[in-house]
Amino acid sequence: MKEETAIHVENLTKMFGDFTAVNAISFDVKKGEIFGFLGANGAGKTTAMKMLIGILTPTSGNADVAGFNVNTQPESIKKSIGYMSQKFALYDDLTVKENITFFGGIYGLTRKQINEKRYQLVEELELQEIVNELVSSLPLGWKQKIAFSVALLHNPKIVFLDEPTGGVDPITRRQFWELIYKAANKGTTIFVTTHYMDEAEYCDSVSIMVNGKIEALDTPKKLKEQFNAESMNDVFLKLARG
Amino acid sequence: MKRFIGFIKKEFYHIFRDKRSLFILFGMPIAQIMLFGFAITNEINNVDIAILNNSKDATTEEIINKLNSSSYFSIKEFIQNENEIEAIFKKGHVKAVLNFEADFSKKLSTKNNANVQIITDATDPNTANTISNYVSAILQNYTQTINKNVTITYQIIPKTRMVYNQELKSVFMFVPGVMTIILMLVSAMMTSISITREKELGTMEILLVSPLKPFQVIVGKVVPYIFLSIVNAIIIIILSIFVFNMPVQGSLFLLGIESILFIITSLSLGILISTVSVTQQTAMMISLMGLMLPVILLSGFIFPITSMPLPLQIISNIIPAKWFIIIVKGIMLKGVGFTFIWKETLILVGMTLFFIVLSTKKYKIRLE
Repeated sequence: MKEETAIHVENLTKMFGDFTAVNAISFDVKKGEIFGFLGANGAGKTTAMKMLIGILTPTSGNADVAGFNVNTQPESIKKSIGYMSQKFALYDDLTVKENITFFGGIYGLTRKQINEKRYQLVEELELQEIVNELVSSLPLGWKQKIAFSVALLHNPKIVFLDEPTGGVDPITRRQFWELIYKAANKGTTIFVTTHYMDEAEYCDSVSIMVNGKIEALDTPKKLKEQFNAESMNDVFLKLARG
Repeated sequence: MKRFIGFIKKEFYHIFRDKRSLFILFGMPIAQIMLFGFAITNEINNVDIAILNNSKDATTEEIINKLNSSSYFSIKEFIQNENEIEAIFKKGHVKAVLNFEADFSKKLSTKNNANVQIITDATDPNTANTISNYVSAILQNYTQTINKNVTITYQIIPKTRMVYNQELKSVFMFVPGVMTIILMLVSAMMTSISITREKELGTMEILLVSPLKPFQVIVGKVVPYIFLSIVNAIIIIILSIFVFNMPVQGSLFLLGIESILFIITSLSLGILISTVSVTQQTAMMISLMGLMLPVILLSGFIFPITSMPLPLQIISNIIPAKWFIIIVKGIMLKGVGFTFIWKETLILVGMTLFFIVLSTKKYKIRLE
């Protein structure tokens, strides 16, 4: 595995009975890159991602995440990655502060580190007013921003985002992506799945999954050239329609 | 360990911020024990009866006085002839009529026997039975006092004595049962709901991606409920001792240990339920239908197991509550030590291990 590779995937396959959810996919994600993992519902995105974050064992194939093998070292992977899912990453009945303390705690941060991080986060996201509010009282956009920051609490090498911007308005999505850029600039590798094709344009590299296979993999610009398309949306439609 | 404490703290936030679960946790035990203790009772108290006295002599007056002065009966009405009996029952409040035959006193002294008819309203068979037993007992008692000086040869007079619960207080029978239900409910239902809630909200996934191990997640979710269940057990025991004067004949320490064992059995059942249910509703339904009903009906809490048909008797053996009720009754009422309940204890331990192994297996399958 090369020094600058964050994720290295080789013929990764997952079968559920006779059904092949993920069919021998291979790709590399460079360090500090924003990697867009696209595909229609049921294309196998989530299954592939679950194997990479160590909660699903591959049927065959191999992958290294942050330098650890998914088959043999899933526990080490868990320590070096952050994860935010399409459902909520925060507890609604806990305050923002309590959420930060809890997630910092389960990733093994000391009380001092947690306090520092919280202070930093409150400053950055301007949370002064709401830090002691219950998460349930916050608007969706806020929750997602905080959830993302919480996923970064323990300074993971790679952050996995599973459809992080589902259900929010374009402005909030824009703000969310600014946060993603900020994290990527600091050297964090971002692995993001999304439905929104406009978001694919923001990525450094994009892979498109169709029926368990990766059908296209390149920078958005090159993909558009390759498929002779105006936007990523067109690329996707051309691929999905075969 | 520090991670773990943070986790448990979070779990307590969940519990104390949810009014519904707080109510189930602390309102229900108190409400149930009060209900079973005061309202639902097999005893009779101040039952209204009527008298049809066809002789009106000294003996019948004496018997009537005796009945009236007991706390069990209060004489509501005196009726004059048999035709009124039907009418008085139909009015509803009179549960029994005593019909003394004419010349009661005279017959008793000349023929050595006299008849009194006890007519009870058997729309409620249990009460009717109890009433007739109580009346017979009072009558027998009276015959003994008047026969004190006469020696009657060869007469068998059975003297029943109810041991362990001399006054036949039904609350003594209910407390072990209620305690079992509460511990089962709090432990099994609450844990299964709280684990499925994490699944439903998607936070379980986040926890599994974290460096916490799956068993740490489960144990972390369960520990607060162990603690709360112990608090509940203590509340129930204190209530039964101080409000209902229920004795604890055996060792409180042993009772505590056995309660903790049963709490763990129920928790492991709760974990098992959470592995098979995806939503909180399912978890709740399974807990209520699958646990509560068998506990109430088949554990021997209300209906004696020995009088059930054989298939049900066999089924009752797989209900953990049955064994715990035997243990609690043994310790609280009979004051037995561990040597008498080791078998039941062992069964509970075995069941717990079985549930834990099964849920670990199920849990792994689900993750795959």
